Amino acid sequence: MKVLKTLGYLLGLPVLLILLWWSSTLGAVNFFVPTPATLVSKFGEVWFGERFFTDVLPSIGRLLVGVVAAIVIGVVGGVLIGSIKWLRALLEPTLEFFRAIPPPVLVPVLMLLMGITDSMKVVVIISGCVWPVLLNTIEGVRAVDPVLSDSSHTYGIDGWARVRYLVLPSASPQIMAGVRQSMSLGLILMVISEMFASSAGLGFTIVQFQRSFAIPEMWSGIVVLGLLGVGMSFIFQWAERNILRWYHGQKEVENAA
Amino acid sequence: MSSQAPTAGGAGPSAERHHRRVRKAPTKQLLGVAGILGFLVTWELISRLGIIDERYLPPASEVIAALVADFGLTAFWVSVGETMKAWFLGLLIAVVAAVLLGFIIGSSNFLRKATNSTVEFLRPIPSVALIPLAVLLFGVKIESSLLLIVYASFWQVLIQVLYGVADVDMVANNTAKTYGLGRMARIRYVVFPTALPYLMTGVRLAGAVALVLAITAELVIGSPGLGREIALAQSGGAISGMYALVLATGLIGVVINMLMRFIEKKTLAWHSSVRSEVVV
Repeated sequence: MKVLKTLGYLLGLPVLLILLWWSSTLGAVNFFVPTPATLVSKFGEVWFGERFFTDVLPSIGRLLVGVVAAIVIGVVGGVLIGSIKWLRALLEPTLEFFRAIPPPVLVPVLMLLMGITDSMKVVVIISGCVWPVLLNTIEGVRAVDPVLSDSSHTYGIDGWARVRYLVLPSASPQIMAGVRQSMSLGLILMVISEMFASSAGLGFTIVQFQRSFAIPEMWSGIVVLGLLGVGMSFIFQWAERNILRWYHGQKEVENAA
Repeated sequence: MSSQAPTAGGAGPSAERHHRRVRKAPTKQLLGVAGILGFLVTWELISRLGIIDERYLPPASEVIAALVADFGLTAFWVSVGETMKAWFLGLLIAVVAAVLLGFIIGSSNFLRKATNSTVEFLRPIPSVALIPLAVLLFGVKIESSLLLIVYASFWQVLIQVLYGVADVDMVANNTAKTYGLGRMARIRYVVFPTALPYLMTGVRLAGAVALVLAITAELVIGSPGLGREIALAQSGGAISGMYALVLATGLIGVVINMLMRFIEKKTLAWHSSVRSEVVV
């Protein structure tokens, strides 16, 4: 009974919405809105074929490389800048400015500097995604509990061990918040870089469908992007639960007290 | 919803630490200015020494001169105005819709459970996925920008409002009930103040996202505004002009951040996270 109830809550509204969609497209043929059946059949036809390997996988690959590189650069740079006081004071205003620049404007800039290449698209993703991770890491490193910091210093924990066992763990909730932002940014930048300057990839394909008025195909592309976003958010939540298990546990104890 | 990161986007006002500015502040600011100057000098040198071709990366002095020249042009301010108009309208629609829905959904346990899966599914959908749809429906008009901005900012605010409404102190709520406060009065005096800090965090995050999407829409779709000017400058070969406009978008971003923090501080002046001298 309980399972049924949970299932009902989980699926009730989506099923209702799909029914609504289905019934509203039943009678009249609307040019802009395909019926659910057309969409599903187009979806399989368009995306599970050659296109999966020529457009979808390369896009996802670029996204992964970009986001991972941004996280690595952001965390390493953040730990460095965050632990050296004068460096932080020196760089923080400049970095804040860079963060404030809307990342999509980097597409035309990098196109100019690097030409339209795969590495340009990866660099676009990196240069947009790195700021949330970098600035959040700096903030997290800065906010390390001073008592813990002093204790570990007294015990002679220095250098790499200090970073590994003190700085990174205590900054990790902040870092993960930054990673979350940069993942959704990465997806946006991947699509934009392909829409703006490309002849292949998910973004390009979808715009192409729209330009040729292949409406159901276009919708199926939107669905692919949606699924990609949802998939990434699931992966993130899973990773976060594992990495920050201790943190959530601690919070629970604190809240209970 | 408990699977959510409690730190997501610096959610919850208490996450924000307020470091008191101590006497050392002047040196800190000097260093910051030195950092910016150092960056500009490096940029200048990179292009002057030809490490990157001047045609692709004009020297900083040239770009800043172009930016200053832009400040004197009406066309520049018209584009800024158009971007800001899209930003403001989009944010406004998103916030109003999210607050209304958030309070309705948040105050009913049934609705909250029933909508959870749908919200969690729709939220991560990148709003740029809607670009083709926007083009098809609205073309290069401001409505295209609005569609993207509203979609992107709506979820940011909605999630925060839902957290906020869920955070209501049951004792306070029951006390209010016992004292005979009606439903509307409870929403006004109990739920709203609890949710307000969350709401403001949501609005601040949404403000940044809305700017990104406003520029994106202008850049990719070509609706009027700074983004379109950047695309035009790039394809027209006005390279210094393009870099100047990029700097201008950064400045707008900084101003919006400052504005949002200011509003947050003003509306939450009573809240303990802002009144840092109060021991909680």
